[in-house]
Amino acid sequence: MQPKEIKNLNYLKTRQQIGYVALNDASYADYKRIGFMSGLEVHQQLNTSEKLFCRCPSCILQASNDYHAEIIRHMRPTLSEMGVYDGTALMEFKTKKEITYRINKSTACTYDIDDTPPFPINREALQKALEISHICNFDIVGEVHITRKQYLDGSIPAGFQRTAILGVNGSIDLGYKKVNLIQLSIEEDSCREISDIGHSRVYKTDRLGVPLIETVTAPELFTPWELKDAAQQIRLINRLSGNSRDGMGAGRQDVNVSCAGGTRIEIKGVSHNKWIPKLSHNEAFRQWALLNIQKVLQSRVDKDDWKMSYCEIDIFNYSEIENIAKNCGQLFNKVVAINLPHFKHVLSHFTQPYRDFSDEISDRLKVIACIEKPNILSSEDIHNEITPNLFSKIKLDLNANIDDAQIIIWGPEADIATALETVEERCLMAFDEIPHETRKAFANGTTMFERVLPGADRMYPDTDSVPIPLKNEWIDELKENCFFNLGSQLNMLFEWEVPIDTHFYLLRNRLNQTIDNLTKYGYTHRQISCIFGHRIKKLHKVTGFNKEFDFSKTVELFDFASVNNLNIDFIKEVINCAIRECNTDLIYVANSILVKLEHKFSISEIVMHAENVASTINNQIDQNCLTNWLIGQVKPNSLGAISLSKLSELLTSQE
Amino acid sequence: MQADDTQGYKGESLEVFEKYDFRVWGKVKVTTTRGVFEGTVLPRSENDDDQHIVLKIITGYNIGINIKTITDIVELGYSKANYKIPEKAFPYSSDKPNVKLFGTGGTIASRLDYRTGAVIPAFSPGELYGAVPELADICNIETEKLFSVFSENMGPEQYIILAKAIEKEIEKGTDGIIIGHGTDTLHHTAAALTFMVQDPPVPIVLVGSQRSSDRPSSDAAMNLIHAAYTASKSDIAEVMVCMFGPTSDEYGFLHSGTRVRKMHSSYRSTFRTIGDTPIATVRRNSITKIKTDRKPRRSDKNVRVNAVFNTKVSMLYYYPGMQPDVLDAMVDKGYKGIVIVGTGLGHVNKLLYPAIERAAEKGVAIYMTLQTIWGYVNMFVYDTGRDLMSKGIVPAGNMLPETAFIKLGWALGQTDDIEEVKRIMLTPVADEITPREPYDGYLVYQGGVPEVDEFVKNFRK
Repeated sequence: MQPKEIKNLNYLKTRQQIGYVALNDASYADYKRIGFMSGLEVHQQLNTSEKLFCRCPSCILQASNDYHAEIIRHMRPTLSEMGVYDGTALMEFKTKKEITYRINKSTACTYDIDDTPPFPINREALQKALEISHICNFDIVGEVHITRKQYLDGSIPAGFQRTAILGVNGSIDLGYKKVNLIQLSIEEDSCREISDIGHSRVYKTDRLGVPLIETVTAPELFTPWELKDAAQQIRLINRLSGNSRDGMGAGRQDVNVSCAGGTRIEIKGVSHNKWIPKLSHNEAFRQWALLNIQKVLQSRVDKDDWKMSYCEIDIFNYSEIENIAKNCGQLFNKVVAINLPHFKHVLSHFTQPYRDFSDEISDRLKVIACIEKPNILSSEDIHNEITPNLFSKIKLDLNANIDDAQIIIWGPEADIATALETVEERCLMAFDEIPHETRKAFANGTTMFERVLPGADRMYPDTDSVPIPLKNEWIDELKENCFFNLGSQLNMLFEWEVPIDTHFYLLRNRLNQTIDNLTKYGYTHRQISCIFGHRIKKLHKVTGFNKEFDFSKTVELFDFASVNNLNIDFIKEVINCAIRECNTDLIYVANSILVKLEHKFSISEIVMHAENVASTINNQIDQNCLTNWLIGQVKPNSLGAISLSKLSELLTSQE
Repeated sequence: MQADDTQGYKGESLEVFEKYDFRVWGKVKVTTTRGVFEGTVLPRSENDDDQHIVLKIITGYNIGINIKTITDIVELGYSKANYKIPEKAFPYSSDKPNVKLFGTGGTIASRLDYRTGAVIPAFSPGELYGAVPELADICNIETEKLFSVFSENMGPEQYIILAKAIEKEIEKGTDGIIIGHGTDTLHHTAAALTFMVQDPPVPIVLVGSQRSSDRPSSDAAMNLIHAAYTASKSDIAEVMVCMFGPTSDEYGFLHSGTRVRKMHSSYRSTFRTIGDTPIATVRRNSITKIKTDRKPRRSDKNVRVNAVFNTKVSMLYYYPGMQPDVLDAMVDKGYKGIVIVGTGLGHVNKLLYPAIERAAEKGVAIYMTLQTIWGYVNMFVYDTGRDLMSKGIVPAGNMLPETAFIKLGWALGQTDDIEEVKRIMLTPVADEITPREPYDGYLVYQGGVPEVDEFVKNFRK
């Protein structure tokens, strides 16, 4: 749902001031102007039967209420090397979340909840990931070292994800540009979040531990469109490898974006590639806007002299606040008004479409202080229509200057101290930094604060597992077996004028060579491609896409038709019949059709027979209709022996 | 080249160091037949093979490079990791109880070295405060590292040192004692201290962490907080084990030192009281008693310490078809006490009879305990049992095998008189033999039964 249009004058003015343009109106020059820079981390689940480090079935999904037990954990930060808490850790610790995992016996075991050490890595997953690494031209490591990557949000019950690098320095080709890939890793997937309200976050553990690969590009994509193309290309490679899982959530992207003078912001879990351009576009402009806010504030006051003030207010004197706050859905017993000196026209400064700087504060109140939204009213509110004099008394109470701005926040008493710290921290950051964040994506192209971006220091070796050597012979064998040049294969299909809707199926099943071989029977590449890309695909579908499919049976069918002097119509009919009967034994189906055909008569005999029948019918009938009717009569008996056009010709000439 | 520069590398991989002249902690560019890799050379674990060199690449991941593929290595820089645990002064407040924490080597609290992945135990008060700041809200902590051994290397020698150290602290007037310990033999040490340190005026709490303390979800911090609360606030002056109740971060159990056993190799809720209920549950700021007949905290500084142990004690886990020579061998090697872990109500096969008779004649103290873990030895039910008793085997009631082993070593440390040993063995010091088994002392539910599944679902694990 698109929010209602924002009419706030300062919001509109600042939007114009920073030179924001909508995605569809943006040109290459706009991205050059703001120094748009981006990269991707593409996550793709592998289609293995078991999870990565335990022998639970992979990817059997569980409904949120379908669980057998719940486990509670709290995540504690560990000290960094420098003796300080890492930013993410500190934030997560402040939030004091109680994390509950809903466990279903059929999808999770004691490994998943970190009550059992890992089992040996799933070799099927390792092989599939290495095959994809080859396709993306990665340099493969000699020995795989399982590493722990800390996650304190609770998405993994252990508090860390087991992950390992398989290759570095890869590349993909976008046709107009080569994109470097930094690394490809194999890792276990995280839990799916059910809810995150107040101090309680609930996950389910079905997806946890599913093997996935992460492909990381270098930050060298300079427009939202390049970024999307790279995402598409990586996704296509993953899917074409035949090693990836399809369906909702099987592939997800983290999008890294910055603008000149900005910082790397990670937009997490973008599940649709079509969202990428708008999300990255808006994020680059959000950073551009925050840089403008820095300029404004620095021109007004020295950061070191800046100090906010606040006072508690009695909600009963402010029914307006009560009405808005009531919608926040959680109990609150404390309301605080805060004066932000020199923040006039900053709170309503444009940041993203429909969002302003006060939303930056509001997001953090929700995530860090655990106060559900709506959790803020501002003296220049762009979301709520507030009466002008609501803030006039507050301004008096807070001794505010004309240049100041005010906000009102509310929540449970226990959370207010953290809330005040959070407000102060975010406002101070506004002077000279764009906070390192991971942000959550919304379908409308905007994002909200999710967590502080973790540092690179959160990796350490997994003491529960030993390094896995990759034998040279094995790596070379995999390379030989799976390596195919995607670009040249695709070009081949274009040359053959094969319909685009068949490309994916043909490439995924490596059918180009087979198609080329079958042209010996006199059919065009296009004709054969359509047999595979449409009919055989349908047969594959009815017999189960997840099952092995034997394409040699189709080749045998072509041989069979040739031996029996039957044409492509016969082949089509056999496959149609096989689809109806869900039978992959095409030769069996072909034989059973063949015995029903009356080829024992010659075509001329069939035609003669048809005409005899026709002569008994009213001869006033329209000639075309008669021909069509005759074809209908003759066709079942002449299947495969003569094409319809030939038959029509024959019938017309006989008349 | 110094040994430090090739830390952990050996054999063929060591030759690579010499050939290309680079060092551990060197920033290198490695050219191989599989491509070019850049990163910092890390030390290698000594148990790993000699075919790979480990690099930490810029993204923080580690990778191994097969030395057979290497065609060149250039060292571009050098930066050696330097680890130090950050110290923050543990805040002292005069209104808080003083607790002594003895370290034995288990890492209940630790911090991680990100570069090597090594876990550095946090031990000094300052380090502990850095890792678990909540401790300062509970008590003042003083620490002393007695040994630095893994749990499996704890033994009689350490029990004696520990018992004497506790005695000294009690005489100095501490308000409670915590012992940080690896979990594998935590219950052996708990039993030993129960026998060696009797009637202490303050709680003596053994604590560990089952899932390593370098993980954010570790049970270490919560166990330590529970232990600190128990040592400083509880009015139960006994030797207790304080570990997770359920696997969830909810509450801990206080177990009697002689009735507790580690029951799972990796679960957080691994410690269980066997044949009885735990003493109490403990949360961040409360203790809820389950058993009310405990010895109360006292204000005096009296304690009876009897720190002795005869190491010529062994255990014999019976199996079908066992030959008498194993028992004979123990006796011939001079063992003075043997705890047999028998089947069912306390049985071994007839083949052993002559060996048992021979052992008894040589004055070896032989006690019968159970493989079933739960329940009492009862050697009257079948003739076999009566035969065994007549040959000199003494039934040890419902004493756990590990506890019986520790107690026999302690008893034989005091006397050689077989009758006196028997008197000591069968006179309970704490709960090692209980006069009765409550009906809820044996609860091992089986999943899959609807009512059990419902219970698990509704009350968490």
